[in-house]
Amino acid sequence: MQKLLLLGAEAVAQGAIDGGLSGVYAYPGTPSTEITEYIQREKLAQERKVHSQWSSNEKTAMEAALGMSYSGKRAMVCMKHVGLNVAADAFINSAITGVNGGLVITVADDPSMHSSQNEQDSRFYGKFAMVPILEPSNQQEAYEMTYHAFELSEKFGVPVLMRLTTRISHSRSIIKRKEVKNENELSLPGDPRQFVLLPSIAKGRYRGLINKQVAMEMDSEESAFNEYIEGKDKSLGIIACGIAYNYLKENYKDSTIPYPIVKISQYPLPRTKIEKLVNETNEILVLEEGYPFVEEMIKGYLEKEKVKGRLDGTLPRDGELNPDHVAKALGFEIQKAGKNPEILVPRPPAMCVGCGHIDAYIALNEAMAEYGAGRVFADIGCYTLGALEPYNAINSCVDMGASITMAKGAADAGLVPAVAVIGDSTFTHSGMTGLLDAVAENAPITVIISDNFTTGMTGQQDSQALGRIEDICKGIGVDPEHIIVMNPTKKNHDLMVKTIKEELEYQGVSVVIPRRQCIQTVRNKSLAEKLRELNLK
Amino acid sequence: MKTDLILAGVGGQGILTIAATLGMAALNNDFYLKQSEVHGMSQRGGEVQAHLRISDKEIASDLIADKTADLIVSVEPMEGLRYLNYLHDEGWLITNSRPYKNIPNYPDVDALIAEIEKVKNHIVLDADAMAKEIKASRSSNIIVLGAASPFINMDYKLIEEGIRTIFSRKGEDVVNINIKALKIGREFTEKKLNA
Ligand SMILES: Cc1ncc(C[n+]2csc(CCOP(=O)(O)OP(=O)(O)O)c2C)c(N)n1
Repeated sequence: MQKLLLLGAEAVAQGAIDGGLSGVYAYPGTPSTEITEYIQREKLAQERKVHSQWSSNEKTAMEAALGMSYSGKRAMVCMKHVGLNVAADAFINSAITGVNGGLVITVADDPSMHSSQNEQDSRFYGKFAMVPILEPSNQQEAYEMTYHAFELSEKFGVPVLMRLTTRISHSRSIIKRKEVKNENELSLPGDPRQFVLLPSIAKGRYRGLINKQVAMEMDSEESAFNEYIEGKDKSLGIIACGIAYNYLKENYKDSTIPYPIVKISQYPLPRTKIEKLVNETNEILVLEEGYPFVEEMIKGYLEKEKVKGRLDGTLPRDGELNPDHVAKALGFEIQKAGKNPEILVPRPPAMCVGCGHIDAYIALNEAMAEYGAGRVFADIGCYTLGALEPYNAINSCVDMGASITMAKGAADAGLVPAVAVIGDSTFTHSGMTGLLDAVAENAPITVIISDNFTTGMTGQQDSQALGRIEDICKGIGVDPEHIIVMNPTKKNHDLMVKTIKEELEYQGVSVVIPRRQCIQTVRNKSLAEKLRELNLK
Repeated sequence: MKTDLILAGVGGQGILTIAATLGMAALNNDFYLKQSEVHGMSQRGGEVQAHLRISDKEIASDLIADKTADLIVSVEPMEGLRYLNYLHDEGWLITNSRPYKNIPNYPDVDALIAEIEKVKNHIVLDADAMAKEIKASRSSNIIVLGAASPFINMDYKLIEEGIRTIFSRKGEDVVNINIKALKIGREFTEKKLNA
């Protein structure tokens, strides 16, 4: 059997390919990006022409994957946790429509917010949608779960949520491959109205989904990924979810643990296993990465069960777990943490030397000086680093696309001029509809689309905006005289300041596009070719 | 037989190449391995660290616990000190002495070296200068790996093979220069240990 050294994210990708995947749909986002990137370069996926181009955003990705599932083929959607907020409408409703070909939604959560705005726990979404959730505890499980997830999805006729966290996704280990499965044949759903969610149809389908819950629970009960592990010492019972199981094992030599344990990697929770644990032991400790999701369920509102975890302070309420947190929760004396010398200074992330965003901000700051601080609504991308020293150029970063709409709301309130700063990829992700709102009311805002031809922050993936921004803005209805492209360089500084100032005075929507290639992409040959074709270079 | 090591440096300095080399060696020789990478938000210039665990027995956690690492291997002096809390009392700090200054308040280098010398077991080498000497300026990371190799519970030959696999796509010359880099790093440490 072939062995591979893979990141957890890559193990998911290989598991999907070997499990008969016909298409992956995704928008980049740490720590999920490597799944799609792996499928893009994997040999078998290339031979089979598995779809792997990036989508405009998570919602379009989710819907396209649902379309592939409708057509009988196996599809996967990948995103970071906040992406599921964007895709939520499609995701929740896909549980009602159900699937034809197997459909897996892989979502990578980022507890501790290594590179995210929050640390929301996607398991709530899985429960909300009432679909099975898989949560691997190691890379081999990540591979095997994805490999089997399509069958699980087809068996119950619902999508399956695969939940990763940063440490699984970005940790490498050796995995053993399984036999490669064929792709599904093209086929229409048996019921031609399955996907028509008119109320009369949706009601029936929703009841069907409710009725499947018992069978899903039974499946969890029998799943090889969930396990009841006997232990002699009944003073404590431990529920260990996903990667938390590893931190538990790490704390015992040869991984022999005295307490009974339920290891959870498939939801809904296996009820009889949990019941047995609660009945056999005096107290329960819940170890889980993310929110106290299982803990709250077991504890209940009236707190009838004695449950320890994140809610009572046994474990930290926020942030990711590690072996030390778990050691403390188990009552182990931990060695006094080693001390680091005081001489250390942080090395915060910063925009690269030579980045076009920098010159755009320097010009913007100068142009804004006469209006005072507090008027620049920015977005998510490398340019968010403009919030830091020495630029201090922006006042918001909330969710992708929020710059334009927040600027509009502020202008509606009377904060004029109001400015939005957004990147090219973020603009096509979810800035366009906000721009339409602004145009529809002729809001006095200046939108700066800082175009570097790429999705920079997540590692330079293709940007759907490439070569299309002016046409999109025109199409949406921005006056072409107020769509201005400029080259953000030191040499052009004065001209940029003058242009921005003029547009700030204009009492309508203007779009200013500072445009310079991301310096991290200078060696990217396929991008260079596209830029030549588009006459952008 | 187990080695827990922390790899440290700045984005773009080749830490992940060190990790990949050892990973390849583990894969080809039926060791167990876990390697957890932390990428900062920025593409370049931010702190990067990896937890690397190699063992002949199954490994549970992807992360190394506080004060349990056998080795810190750093391609930059300040970054080596940043993760000192992970090192156990008998552990070794192996670090490049060449600073990567991309922040305005970078500390005084002599003071940094003095801090490194306070660590009971340490090896400090100017891997950049050594790399230049063998005309392999891009292989300073591999020199640091070579300097760490005597402390890694893995046959030196296997690490060499790892280098071969990782660099084979780039041609025989690149493979050879990196094997040489590995060797001069190792010799540096051996000399220190025998002195
Ligand atoms: C809903 C959502 N999806 C994905 C991300 C991850 N993400 C953060 S910034 C970014 C890309 C930004 O690209 P662009 O707007 O072109 O700016 P650049 O980084 O190139 O400056 C992505 C995909 C996110 N934060 N939220």
